[in-house]
Amino acid sequence: MITHHLSDRLLMAYSADMLPEAFSLAVAAHIELCDDCRARLASFDAIGGGLLEGISDAEGGGMGKDALAETLARLDTGEPANSAPAPRLGDSILPETLARYVGGGVNAVKWRGIGGGVKQAILPTSSAATARLLYIPAGAAVPDHGHSGTELTLVLQGAFADETACFKRGDIEIADEDMEHQPIAQPGLDCICLAVTDAPLKFRGVLPRLAQPFLRI
Amino acid sequence: MKARNGTEWVFLLKKVADQQDKDAFTELFEHFAPRVKAFLIKSGATQTMAEECAQDVMVTVWRKASQFDPARASVATWIFTIARNRRIDMLRRDRRPEPEELVWGPEEEPDQLDVLALQQESDLLSAAIASLPEKQRIMVERAYFGDLTHSEIAEQTGLPLGTIKSRIRLALDRLRHALS
Repeated sequence: MITHHLSDRLLMAYSADMLPEAFSLAVAAHIELCDDCRARLASFDAIGGGLLEGISDAEGGGMGKDALAETLARLDTGEPANSAPAPRLGDSILPETLARYVGGGVNAVKWRGIGGGVKQAILPTSSAATARLLYIPAGAAVPDHGHSGTELTLVLQGAFADETACFKRGDIEIADEDMEHQPIAQPGLDCICLAVTDAPLKFRGVLPRLAQPFLRI
Repeated sequence: MKARNGTEWVFLLKKVADQQDKDAFTELFEHFAPRVKAFLIKSGATQTMAEECAQDVMVTVWRKASQFDPARASVATWIFTIARNRRIDMLRRDRRPEPEELVWGPEEEPDQLDVLALQQESDLLSAAIASLPEKQRIMVERAYFGDLTHSEIAEQTGLPLGTIKSRIRLALDRLRHALS
């Protein structure tokens, strides 16, 4: 049962296509796990449809006089849309949209240790924001950090808790720059999550801060 | 041309899907192509680029007509999502990963009452958008068509999104049930 959902603001920005790629990835991955947010997104898409419907015939200057004939001529050519679907890569941990960035299921993730048993894998998105998978052993803490921007954390396996609440599979935490938190993986399964930041994290304490440029966390 | 409601557009698109009906397609084209073109121009495309892309969008409508699910979206909304994807390629914007779609199996037809209710609610939403106070309408329009950063997007619009959401949620629940 998912209890931490996407905000209206994030859903609307995703619907309007105003998010950096890494944020869109977190939104899409949550929606694969959450029918409630899938339905909410569809209602924001419906605003886009309503706006499109509301445009008057003349607003864009109308189509050229040959446009319809040109388009009709293209309909019978070209490949049919129903070519074979791409093979599924996702598994019980990684939603399909994330698995495509990893190039496979959770076993295909190329983890790199960042100390304390914590591992990460940075996903190939545009530089406007960073998406990383984090692996936190059960009971271990993610280094204490604040943010200089927004951070989204989507739990894929296990659970973590910080000062605000407990987050389980499918839950997404939205942290803004005012929040300093120390997520701790709960006992039981090791915690795997997707963390997205639009600015480098600020670590408290000297050592983690020195390490920051190397770890890209 | 006579204004069509949501259910009528669904009917025309179904003719395209089932019978490759070019008259139905022509009517969809004449209504939606200029709107898609205007949408792309508002997003920063040139006339030429927008004209070309609007044609591409309509070709996609033809090819993917059978994938349209009238229990989950109006035709206008579906075409908006196609145009939104085309805009990403055209204006070289950031990639936009999408959730994997839940699709009806070949045997599953959406419930007709769900379809009717969703289409009527979409008509109401369109009417509500049209009747927003000018300032608010422009804000929403700029959020979707223009280049507002997401922090500038209005959070509260007072639009009747709850009913559409519940309707879609119901359709998804039925779909999950049918798939399981």
